[in-house]
Amino acid sequence: MFHYLFPPLSIGLGLQLFLCELAYVRTKNLAWEAAARFWTRVFAVNFALGVATGLVMEFEFGTNWAAYSRFVGDVFGSALAAEGIFAFFLESGFLAVLVFGWDRVGPMMHLFSTLMVFLGSVFSAVWIVVANSWQQTPAGYHIVWHDVQGEMMPRAEVTDFWAMVFNPSSVDRLTHTVIGALVLGAFFVASVSSFYLLKKRHEDVAKRCLSIALPTALLFTFLAALTGHDSAKKLVETQPAKLGAIEAHFHTTDEPTGLYVFGWPDAEEETVHYGLQIPYLLSLMVYSDLTTPVPGLDQIPSSEHPPVWLPFQTFHLMVAMGTLMIAVAILGCWFWYRGTFERQRWLMWIIVLMPLAAMTANQAGWVTAEVGRQPWVVYPSVQDGVEMMGMRTADGLSESVTAEQVLSSIILFGIIYSLLFAVWVFVLNHKIQHGPETVEELEQHHRLHSKESLARAMGHRGTSYSSMMDEETR
Amino acid sequence: MSYDTLTLIWFVLLGVLLCGYVILDGFDLGVGILHPFIAKDDRERRLVMNSIGPLWDGNEVWLVTFGGALFAAFPVAYATVFSSFYTAFFLLLTCLIGRAVSLEFRSKVHAKAWRKLWDAGFFLSSFTAAALLGIAAGNIMAGMELGPKYHYEGSLLSQIYWYPLLVGALTTSMFALHGAIYLYLKTEEELQARLRKAITPLFLVFASLYVVVTLATWWHVPHATENIAANPILWVVPALNALAVLNIPRAMSLGKPLYAFFSSSMVILALATLFSVAIFPNLMLSTLDPAYSITLYNARSSQNTLQIMLLIAGLGMPCVLSYTVIVYWIFRGKVKLDTHSY
Repeated sequence: MFHYLFPPLSIGLGLQLFLCELAYVRTKNLAWEAAARFWTRVFAVNFALGVATGLVMEFEFGTNWAAYSRFVGDVFGSALAAEGIFAFFLESGFLAVLVFGWDRVGPMMHLFSTLMVFLGSVFSAVWIVVANSWQQTPAGYHIVWHDVQGEMMPRAEVTDFWAMVFNPSSVDRLTHTVIGALVLGAFFVASVSSFYLLKKRHEDVAKRCLSIALPTALLFTFLAALTGHDSAKKLVETQPAKLGAIEAHFHTTDEPTGLYVFGWPDAEEETVHYGLQIPYLLSLMVYSDLTTPVPGLDQIPSSEHPPVWLPFQTFHLMVAMGTLMIAVAILGCWFWYRGTFERQRWLMWIIVLMPLAAMTANQAGWVTAEVGRQPWVVYPSVQDGVEMMGMRTADGLSESVTAEQVLSSIILFGIIYSLLFAVWVFVLNHKIQHGPETVEELEQHHRLHSKESLARAMGHRGTSYSSMMDEETR
Repeated sequence: MSYDTLTLIWFVLLGVLLCGYVILDGFDLGVGILHPFIAKDDRERRLVMNSIGPLWDGNEVWLVTFGGALFAAFPVAYATVFSSFYTAFFLLLTCLIGRAVSLEFRSKVHAKAWRKLWDAGFFLSSFTAAALLGIAAGNIMAGMELGPKYHYEGSLLSQIYWYPLLVGALTTSMFALHGAIYLYLKTEEELQARLRKAITPLFLVFASLYVVVTLATWWHVPHATENIAANPILWVVPALNALAVLNIPRAMSLGKPLYAFFSSSMVILALATLFSVAIFPNLMLSTLDPAYSITLYNARSSQNTLQIMLLIAGLGMPCVLSYTVIVYWIFRGKVKLDTHSY
């Protein structure tokens, strides 16, 4: 979950960065360059933490989930390796050009690098969500029993790679996840820009960024709602237990099913306290008609019930945040279109806080998906009428690792991650307080830079220049 | 293509990924190890850090991809190796995180204590990571307490004894030397002169450890030479290895630092090859009973997966290599500080 703070922001900021640079390349306006340079610095801080924490995730499968890794390595490993080869190298290679290459490559090459970094982060999401979706709705595999020193042990092996990649839930979940990240990026940029406008700082750059961030926020919040709806609709076939849990739908009835707007589900008593239910709505959303009842948790053996309270709340939190974001995006775009945006200080303050809502929605969605699939780490599936074996989360642990080791690593990483989080907030705040360069500063920078290349061409090693630059960076 | 050929290809490909990692991240770990000793003031420290600035992140991706590829091609080995090295591995991850944030955060705030803190973090994490990689290699080389059904029965304490520690010292000195030659290439004037002076003692330390570890392996890990004894052609590997080692001071005294850097890369490549030759066909040898060992054949994925993965690697690796070359080309030349430096 801590790792998941960073990749969505990287994906979302990547797109905003690309759009800023595209505007710069087309208009040659230095304010756009200042914006792009500024977001690059923010992006770099976030990206470093994403890589650092992602590294842990990559190896955790082996360290903590050895039994799981042996069971699914044949399937899951290939997605992870594909991520490394197709996404990480692309991302990290061009990130170098993006962050350090401003004065070394031309604007077109720089724009291209930005696009590659953005694509790399999307590819990364593709393979991770594919691997995760396969756990939710496995396909394209069969179970083979291997003789391991006298004992037969099952293993999932790929039979059809593309069926594995395009398993029933991967496309829906992928689009929803990536769009969620794009929403976050758009609101992040809108938030910092609104903050600058409120404080009357860097106004030119801030206005330009808002003209990109507000429309993209509107577009992606709508798309997020649409794709989210598609994902949820599929659940009735693929993971009815998860659907039952996120709606706290304990009992199947003959009547059409209603939808809770909020509530306090109680799994012991199998009821929802303080709930507000809109009749017919769940049936309408799932089956697009008002009559068919939706199966509830009582259709599923109780040993296979996921926890109810947590996914119910996180799911509803995500939907609530999504609705809020749509409303704010509409208002923002409306006032922007009318040209009165800067007079709506209340709205600007709300937009300043919106990244929190977007981040909450992203996190809550992930928790819903992951807790909703319990107790399974790999869902059992039916292929061509044959029921395939799944794997329970509890069976996926490493046998040779002791509880003390796990506890100490959790404590260790708890401390490291809290420190990292604090430093991340601190540095991000520092960057934002500092803000983008002014157009004059950039002009001076370009003058100095061309002077230095001139000096280099004439055979002088510009030591005086580098010490001057040194002073400037301080 | 037969299943066994595919398996062998994947063993070699993993070796390539691991070599790529050790050669590339080797020099930036080395830079981290040298950082507090070689740079005198803040400007020099920033120069040292920025010499690897655009590159270290991409270098670490080789390790991540190695992990992913091991997971896909030999899932049993992936599961057992990483759960056996549980504590050591988490320490390594802590170091890699520490390096990333030390580099990223050091220059973000202009305060003496802040920078001192991240300087220390950068050195400690680079040093420990280099040593841990060697300690792990030493353990894999010598074999570990692997019980039935791939369950590891040893502990962190049984992983730390003289032989792996010696290998750890070897890798640390190797990376420091490799990093020093790299820094020599990237710096100028006073700092470069200081590096030139440091390379000779670093080389002597590395060369003596190299001899000691070779002798220790002969004595402590008798099975390591079995493959070479069976296929005498493999003597080429240690011979080339020794030549590459000797070529480092030769190239330096000829005034060809790039050639010296190439030589130290070849030393790493040859050592990694030697390591692979020594352990083949095991991925993890059991010291309890050879029957419990994890081999290429009991750890591999299904033929189908190996084939698909080969296709993925065949498509992906040329792209990876081409843009790695592009990035190294863009950032060629002496390191300079600018507004986007650390």
